[in-house]
Amino acid sequence: MANSTAEKAKAAPAEPVSMMSVLAPAIGWLIPGAGHMIQKRWIRGLLLFVSIMTLFVLGLAMQGRIYKANGGDILDILGFIGDVGAGGIYILTLANDWGQGAIAFATADYGTKFMIVAGLLNFIAVADAYHIAIGKKK
Amino acid sequence: MTITLNHFSAAAVFALFTSIVFGITHRENTRDMVRYGLYCFVMFLGGVLAAGWAMWLLRK
Repeated sequence: MANSTAEKAKAAPAEPVSMMSVLAPAIGWLIPGAGHMIQKRWIRGLLLFVSIMTLFVLGLAMQGRIYKANGGDILDILGFIGDVGAGGIYILTLANDWGQGAIAFATADYGTKFMIVAGLLNFIAVADAYHIAIGKKK
Repeated sequence: MTITLNHFSAAAVFALFTSIVFGITHRENTRDMVRYGLYCFVMFLGGVLAAGWAMWLLRK
């Protein structure tokens, strides 16, 4: 078993680390869709940007709550991991103290989930940008 | 600014944008992306409607 794993690792050609394979995921995390745009996938990048930003901004407008870095409840930690995926807009939200959540609004909980999902979708978009950069996807 | 969406509109908006991202990231060419995006959208909304009707039947 260990042998076959070692053989597979030997057989697989090592992916060359290019500038783009580092830059595209980093920029894509900071600005949703930008990882695709710098690789000239303009329409895909724009659609990703609009989709992820709209979900996040709608979440804020619905009075959703933003999770900060914490070491408490497991659901709070997972909420933070989801939110942090949104990158630049998450940092902007924290800096401006937005996303405090309002219990008075029944839809505030939907808003919280919208923001978490926006972050998680951005993680997928970042992985996609990386796959394009290393030539695994066109 | 506060936006208040009802349950169905929130689900529809969620389904729309999530399907777009799924379509782009999970398929290779444009045609497959559109098809998979539409499939996800229909599944999301279909799931909401099916769950809604199931809950209505359970309540009866």
